[in-house]
Amino acid sequence: MAALETSKETILRYAFGNVLSFFILVLIGVLAFSIRLFSVIKYESVIHEFDPYFNYRVTQYLTKNGIYDFWNWFDDRTWYPLGRVIGGTVYPGLTLTAGTIWWLLSSLNIPLSVETVCVFTAPIFSAFASWATYLLTKEVKGAGAGLTAAALLAMVPSYISRSVAGSYDNEAVAIFALIFTFYLYIKTLNTGSLFYATLNAISYFYMVCSWGGYTFIINLIPMHVLLCIVTGRYSSRLYIAYAPLVVLGTLLASLVPVVGFNAVMTSEHFASFLVFIIIHVVALVYYIKGILSPKMFKVAVTFVVSIGLVVCGAALAVLIALVASSPTKGWSGRSLSLLDPTYASKYIPIIASVSEHQPPTWPSYFMDINVLAFLVPAGIIACFLPLSDASSFVILYIVTSVYFSGVMVRLMLVLAPAACIMSGIALSAAFDVFTRSIKFQLPGATENFERDAGETSSNSVVAQNDVAKTEKNEDAVKERPSKKNRKKEKENVEKPSVKSQIKKKLLILPLEASIIAIFLLVLLGAFYVVHCVWAAAEAYSAPSIVLTSHSHDGLHVFDDFREAYAWLSHNTEVDDKVASWWDYGYQTTAMANRTVIVDNNTWNNTHIATVGTAMSSPEKAAWEIFNSLDVKYVLVVFGGLVGYPSDDINKFLWMVRIGGGVFPHIKEPDYLRDGQYRIDSQATPTMLNCLMYKLSYYRFVETDGKAFDRVRRTEIGKKYFKLTHFEEVFTTHHWMVRIYKLKPLKNRIRGRAKKSKSKASSTTSTKRIGMKKKNPWH
Amino acid sequence: MPKLPLFLILIPFLPFLCTSFSPENPSSRRVLVLLDDLALKSSHSVYFKSLQSRGFELDFKLADDPKIGLQRYGQYLYDGLILFCPTTDRFGGSIDLAAILDFVDSGHDLIIAADNNASDLIREIATECGVDFDEDPAAMVIDHTSYAVSETEGDHTLIASDDFIKSNVLLGSEKIEAPVLFQGIGHSLSPANSLVLKVLSASPSAYSANPKSKLSNPPSLTGSAISLVSILQARNNARILISGSLVMFSNRFFRSGVQKAGTLTKHEKSSNEQFLTELSKWVFHERGHLKAVNVQHHKDGEADEPSMYRINDDLVYSVEIYEWSGRSWEPYVADDVQVQFYMMSPYVLKNLSTDKKGRYFTAFKVPDVYGVFQFKVEYQRLGYTSLSLSKQIPVRPYRHNEYERFIPAAYPYYGAAFSMMAGFFIFTAVHLYNK
Repeated sequence: MAALETSKETILRYAFGNVLSFFILVLIGVLAFSIRLFSVIKYESVIHEFDPYFNYRVTQYLTKNGIYDFWNWFDDRTWYPLGRVIGGTVYPGLTLTAGTIWWLLSSLNIPLSVETVCVFTAPIFSAFASWATYLLTKEVKGAGAGLTAAALLAMVPSYISRSVAGSYDNEAVAIFALIFTFYLYIKTLNTGSLFYATLNAISYFYMVCSWGGYTFIINLIPMHVLLCIVTGRYSSRLYIAYAPLVVLGTLLASLVPVVGFNAVMTSEHFASFLVFIIIHVVALVYYIKGILSPKMFKVAVTFVVSIGLVVCGAALAVLIALVASSPTKGWSGRSLSLLDPTYASKYIPIIASVSEHQPPTWPSYFMDINVLAFLVPAGIIACFLPLSDASSFVILYIVTSVYFSGVMVRLMLVLAPAACIMSGIALSAAFDVFTRSIKFQLPGATENFERDAGETSSNSVVAQNDVAKTEKNEDAVKERPSKKNRKKEKENVEKPSVKSQIKKKLLILPLEASIIAIFLLVLLGAFYVVHCVWAAAEAYSAPSIVLTSHSHDGLHVFDDFREAYAWLSHNTEVDDKVASWWDYGYQTTAMANRTVIVDNNTWNNTHIATVGTAMSSPEKAAWEIFNSLDVKYVLVVFGGLVGYPSDDINKFLWMVRIGGGVFPHIKEPDYLRDGQYRIDSQATPTMLNCLMYKLSYYRFVETDGKAFDRVRRTEIGKKYFKLTHFEEVFTTHHWMVRIYKLKPLKNRIRGRAKKSKSKASSTTSTKRIGMKKKNPWH
Repeated sequence: MPKLPLFLILIPFLPFLCTSFSPENPSSRRVLVLLDDLALKSSHSVYFKSLQSRGFELDFKLADDPKIGLQRYGQYLYDGLILFCPTTDRFGGSIDLAAILDFVDSGHDLIIAADNNASDLIREIATECGVDFDEDPAAMVIDHTSYAVSETEGDHTLIASDDFIKSNVLLGSEKIEAPVLFQGIGHSLSPANSLVLKVLSASPSAYSANPKSKLSNPPSLTGSAISLVSILQARNNARILISGSLVMFSNRFFRSGVQKAGTLTKHEKSSNEQFLTELSKWVFHERGHLKAVNVQHHKDGEADEPSMYRINDDLVYSVEIYEWSGRSWEPYVADDVQVQFYMMSPYVLKNLSTDKKGRYFTAFKVPDVYGVFQFKVEYQRLGYTSLSLSKQIPVRPYRHNEYERFIPAAYPYYGAAFSMMAGFFIFTAVHLYNK
């Protein structure tokens, strides 16, 4: 009777826990979505920054022309005159996702603009990502850890920075794909089901479609497989989790046009093939071990090992020969800069010039993952108690991602899910210990377990944890477990038993300590929430296309970029070419619909170097370069008037470096005075005569009479000068964007004779000068 | 009364009537002639008559007439300007240096005749056009070997020059037999200036100096560097004739006979009339003015112009080029017109063949490079207006379904793949059911 009651009670408890965790997940999804809406509420529903504008433009094209035209799209408005094969050079995952959402909605008669869909794609997918985190962590350490990790991920600032509403970039969907692929891998590893393995390959395919970061997956999983093999954890489940992924995944990956043969040709993928060979050798060894007697096996081992070594050696030699034959040793520049952090700054200025490719500073860790940084070590310890295949994977994940995030700020994004999972595990384990200590010390605690469970969410987490564990055990029992795993599962099975109850009793902490510790943990969580909300609201929601500043007389809005692009689209011919530094290329094509010379897709270094050279050359040489590229307008961004620091003058040294990398007559020291970059009266003549200086500071002295640059905090070196080959056609309200037109060649060429000084001509000439002076100076 | 409606109808056409060289209405063109002295009108009447007989309406004004002006209400009143006023140092009315330069820069033609003692204003105009007169105001071109033999052995400033530029476009197809008489100031051109041309240059023994005074310093301008008559074709195809002598346009020079010193042949009549008349035809666009119309390109075998080509497409390009003959557009016939298929550098450069009726055409294959190309015709020949056509056309790579489906060279691989699959199937069947 009593047994019946308890089983009924457990069923009720499971049901209650499931419903509760379902609602918690829904709420986490709502949280993940809504915390990313600050940008829409505080600013407006716009696409942010640079790359998202390109993605938006591509999505528009997709929704208008269909998928085949998108695949074969040759864009003649960028990279003039080279053009760009968009279909073959873009990761189509994000575009196709947003396009599908738009298509679905419109076929349901929900008329949304493409822009709206694009703006909200990232928040939607961050909700998916937190659910995927729940699944992954649940596979590793149970549902309680899963829910905690999902809640943490929903609001981790690092991820928010890349997925606020309007930040329509690859990472928005890629992080979800990354976590989900890992989940399916772990799921396959835990179940050994070929079904999940296939799903895993498909999820990997989606990741390949979405982001170049897929190489992280295809290196991390082989690393984990190798780890499992080395630590003697080889099992058929491991084989099923890995082999289909490599075969199907590589086949699928090579279907993505931008990856194509890279999937088998570049070094980033070689690790997976090597491990693929190794796992087969190991599988063969295990198989032979099974059918041979121990004595025969010893003989066979020596035989197979020697043969295997020879084969591996041969394969390795071929690989090395292949790799050595390519100039970059088969590695792309970005991957090389991952392995050797100083590589990019030494050899590829174009990679080093992007701020998100720089190594992060220490404060950025506190900014981006906040308290998770303290919880991660605890999580790692928790993962070792006990160490399973799944938890070893998570440990490997956090270790590698910490390394990569230390190389490149941008990869902080990969670290964030790992940190969330680890912290989720740590928090959940801590709550587990503390609530259990309280429970066993409270009088009548065992009877009132149910009530305890419902009382606080943390308690329910513990309850869930148990539920999940037992569920998992039931699942696991159905499988034919390997020797190593059976040990683990035995432990699990024993847990709810009386034996483990006794064991648990031994781990009890004092009641007061537990209560205080729980209180402190809740406080820590509260700090995290406050920080995340602050980061989402203040730090990461600015669209960077519209800027605001608060001063004593209220809020100032700087909408100069859109003003300039609108001017271009209304006042220039459709086929006119606009030259600017590559940062503004995507925005110019998307917002002004004008052809640009270079844009944010940096595939042709020479072309960018040409523009960099033009910007660092004197006016006449620059005019000739631009004229040879059929440029009509030159656009520069200038922050000196309002103090906008990321303007072209601050980026100028990169133009010099990138230009000088291809055209050696541009030398960086010519622009530096004693190694210092300055634009005041101490600046070098080369600097003061280059096009960028002239276009930025032309007529600047008229604003305040002193020409004080508020970004560089100095008066500029050369205040009064005229432009001979360019003319100013538009300057925005706050002078942030200035547009110049190339003057046509002179109709006549003047003779050498000096102007005569007789009365008649001097009066006419002064008249002319007077007239001319009026024009440029208003 | 019936005149008023006619006038109203004409109002919309006023801009066309008054623009520069306009193919639509070229028959009557107005030219303003500014003179120092109205006596020039009769002393140079032969030259003016020849212009008038070709349909030009000449408007003679004194250079300091306070009522003259080149434009009214933003419209130019004249299509050409002749400055036969070398000593004027200030024009009347609204005309000044800037007005004249604007007149040229808006595509109108100009003839300037200077003289020794030319005013600074005239020099300044010439300098702006790239012609530098000798800075010494009293200097004249002197030549002691190829002067014109005359009754009085003078100071050898009357020069008989036959060093013409060799160009049928500029000087007409009829050969100029006799030398041209010249008396006046010399000028030099900058060799870097590609727009100006020496039409009549002095002989190697000439120099520029004041004939009245003794030569103390070596003259600044010597030899064949001295240009006597030069032309300029501006980038907007405005044409300018600059001569260092006003008297060479006069009836007296037109009619006088000439014998070059050192030669025995005595020509009955100098070539001044022929030379200057032919040049004026060039200046006023009666010769050497080309237009290119009807640029067409399409795929071989199709008629419509595509918005984009694919790599390795075969295409046909054609353009029609006509030359203005003074009355009508005549087909221009030449064998050196080239088209470029250009993206930063020419990928295809082909001569166009012509059907002698003005149509130029060629066919070629689009190179195996994608990008934004241009059809470029850059036709710049001596004396002709420069033709510079460019038409942008993108070239795309193959679509995904335009590649070959089965490549013969890959049949071993297809075979390998399918035999592998079959082998695996058989192996599975045998392995599973053969126990």
